[in-house]
Amino acid sequence: MRKLVMIGNGMAGVRTIEEILKQSPEQFEITIFGQEPYPNYNRIKLSNILQGDTNFDEIIINPLDWYKENNIQLFTGETVANIDVEAKRVISNQGREVDYDELIIATGSNSFILPIPGADKKGVTGFRDIQDCEMIIKSAEQYKKAVVIGGGLLGLEAARGLLNLGMKVDVVHLMPHLMERQLDPIASSLLRAELESQGMNFLMEKETVEILGDERVTGLRFKDGSEVEADLVVMAIGIKSNTAVAKNSGIYVNRGIVVNDFMETSVPNVYAVGECAEHREIVYGLVAPLYEQGKVLAERICGGEAKPYAGSVTGTQLKVAGVDLFSAGEIFEDGSTKSIMIYNEYEGIYKRVLTRNNLIVGIVLYGDTKDSTKLFRMLTKKEDISGVSIFQTECSGSGASDDIASMPNDELVCGCNGVTKGAIVEAIQTQGLTTLDQVSHCTNAGRSCGRCKPMVSSILAHTLGDQFDSAAAQKTSICSCTTISREELVAEIKAKGLTSVKEVMNVLEWNNEEGCTKCRPAINYYLGMIHMDEYKDDRDSRLVNEKMHANIQKDGTYSVVPRMYGGVTTAADLKKIAEVAEKYNVPLVKLTGGQRIGLFGVKKEDLPAMWEELDMPSGYAYGKTLRTVKTCVGAQFCRYGTQDSMALGIELEKKFERLDTPHKVKMGVSACPRNCSEAGIKDIGFVGIDGGWEIYVAGNGGVDLRPGDLLCTVKTQAEVMKMTGAYLQYYRETANYLERTSKWVERVGLDHVKEVLADEETRKALNERMNQTLKKYIEPWNEAIQNEEIQDKYYAQHTIKVGE
Amino acid sequence: MITTLTRIPVANYSNLKARAGYSLKINQTEIALFKVTNGKVYALENHSPHPKGGVLSEGLVSGEYVYCPVYDWKISLVDGRVQGPDEGQVRTFKVEREEDIVFIVL
Repeated sequence: MRKLVMIGNGMAGVRTIEEILKQSPEQFEITIFGQEPYPNYNRIKLSNILQGDTNFDEIIINPLDWYKENNIQLFTGETVANIDVEAKRVISNQGREVDYDELIIATGSNSFILPIPGADKKGVTGFRDIQDCEMIIKSAEQYKKAVVIGGGLLGLEAARGLLNLGMKVDVVHLMPHLMERQLDPIASSLLRAELESQGMNFLMEKETVEILGDERVTGLRFKDGSEVEADLVVMAIGIKSNTAVAKNSGIYVNRGIVVNDFMETSVPNVYAVGECAEHREIVYGLVAPLYEQGKVLAERICGGEAKPYAGSVTGTQLKVAGVDLFSAGEIFEDGSTKSIMIYNEYEGIYKRVLTRNNLIVGIVLYGDTKDSTKLFRMLTKKEDISGVSIFQTECSGSGASDDIASMPNDELVCGCNGVTKGAIVEAIQTQGLTTLDQVSHCTNAGRSCGRCKPMVSSILAHTLGDQFDSAAAQKTSICSCTTISREELVAEIKAKGLTSVKEVMNVLEWNNEEGCTKCRPAINYYLGMIHMDEYKDDRDSRLVNEKMHANIQKDGTYSVVPRMYGGVTTAADLKKIAEVAEKYNVPLVKLTGGQRIGLFGVKKEDLPAMWEELDMPSGYAYGKTLRTVKTCVGAQFCRYGTQDSMALGIELEKKFERLDTPHKVKMGVSACPRNCSEAGIKDIGFVGIDGGWEIYVAGNGGVDLRPGDLLCTVKTQAEVMKMTGAYLQYYRETANYLERTSKWVERVGLDHVKEVLADEETRKALNERMNQTLKKYIEPWNEAIQNEEIQDKYYAQHTIKVGE
Repeated sequence: MITTLTRIPVANYSNLKARAGYSLKINQTEIALFKVTNGKVYALENHSPHPKGGVLSEGLVSGEYVYCPVYDWKISLVDGRVQGPDEGQVRTFKVEREEDIVFIVL
């Protein structure tokens, strides 16, 4: 096998390797050196991390397993110090020597750091990699004032992130307009006004000459003598191709490593790709051209007929701090250009197309980018615009349809996920889709940034023709198996008296006979909610955790969490748990967040036996149901306690355990406002006060952090139980499946809930339905122990040995 | 290399419930066995092709598909192919049936 070495482990380089593996999987023994201690990740998403929308794991493109599966030797945290182009060998900074037949340099670029005094102070950083990102997030915890140097895309994204992190942000820009390379002055001033309203402060036409401070930065000084304070300085003025290793090794370098149309450098068998490469005097920084380069290089290296790379015309679709922008081609007018403009200052929409000799040569769109695909196609394909209406106007419904008809099938609709018009049309036709939601589910179009949704919707309308129902298309259906919504489903079940999941799917004409993981659990829930104790639960319509009555872990093992009412236990129970843990070699015994003990890493086939020996009820740590009622010690022992919090917690947990709810429900009971059980962030929280209880609702301590709202104050424990029963039942009857109480209350309104529950008759009726529902539940672990059929179907592992 | 086809009896057909997955271990290979509503039986390697893996036997079965219980990928029981927008393929095993005995052919 030939030896292929790549210096650099970033997006352009690894994409090239992927192309090579696709074209010729067995041809090379591949080694990759990466400077950062990570596998290949999506650098574009760093600003999303800063803005708090995602985390590092989510942005990894090629996990370490991918390298392993493809037999790629990866050295992370290691750079190549020198290339011996005569001996065809690279030498790493750790002295490692690796021979190559072909060598790809994909070292990318670095943040350009201004060469001014003080640039090496603490608190000054670029914005280019994970390390920069982490440093910025950490600084935001401690410091208040940030200055971003550079009013381009990267700088503005960083500034938006810093605002989200709670810092005050100044953006310093050398030029009179923001993003002057992509936007004309009008678009740029619209953007500036929008960002100022979001809280950014701009210092325009300022040239930074010095960074002030001792060890750590305290401020900046500009050329005009003015100064500004700063605890953190982010330089986002541009990138600089990382060419050091090529230069040292005698490879020809200009601004970047110079390559020809086949990405070949001046030295045989050495190639460069990505932001470190300069092609026809251009260094590209956007991902699309880099991927094009990678494709050409892969073909060249694999020995195929490579089509030469002729450079890319880039159209930039951007979203800056919530504003949609598109820019392509020329930005500025000269004597030979004519502009076509729409300027709606009121709605914040601005569009300008620059033309020369009946051809589009430049596009700037601000606030509304739905014309971008069409205009960009006209620009790149040099279509004559005489007699063509450039912009869609609001009322030209048929015009839009004509556009869809004339759109070629291979035209990209969703840039984020690479979905073409053809793929969308095919999905609509072959899978009988009728709503936007379904199209998104099936094709991924519109699932990332969502900007293409209007276009997808137009394609849907065009493809369906007369069958298109615009109201229905916008509706949120339960899943892609149907077009009906939650309200319609519940109404139909009641009106037609439907009693099983299968019947629902049948009668309501599901397009997928046996449903999917979204609709089946939802239908099962709604049936149980409506028919109360008469409904026979469909266990196989539940997802794994609820079906197995245990939480599946990532390695296929399960966890066992027995009920510990109110977090109160006994020495005897603790002994029993300890003995079972020892006997079954449980790898992890841990106190859970809900005041009980979890046994983790249990084999499926051990579950029933362990349950039997524990002889305790399931804690339902896996279910869309009441999880735990967390309590403080309360008046029984605590000198501050005004109420018996443990007793109330135990009563609540015993009453509502096993109840099916739209999503999980957590409760907390504290005996005084010091609130040791954190009742303020529970779905329902109870706080003891002198002579009564405060009931808080819709708190959430998880993804959707939200303090609870006071629902009411009651005097006795009996009133607490009644109010809780009514509230929970109202939630059960009106929430969407998988909607937490925090989201539900925000949707329907706290005042509405208060109003409903204020009526005593209503409360009574709700409690009656609740009590009737509660009748049907039996303890599931005990049921499994008693029932061999359940054991065989769900918990058995059959081991078969052959040839012995 | 000599390959021998081995036919291994794994279950009684009448004991299998429709829309359920069963996990088997044949030598070191973990296999998920599914009986679907139309009565057919399928066998797949009990491992999702998702980069982070996971078993398939506990997944929700719909028609001739199973949904991976950990990451919700939709996988064809017939050919093991992961359905779009995700990508991948699970190894499948040939299943034969004689009277009430279900065999897997290795």
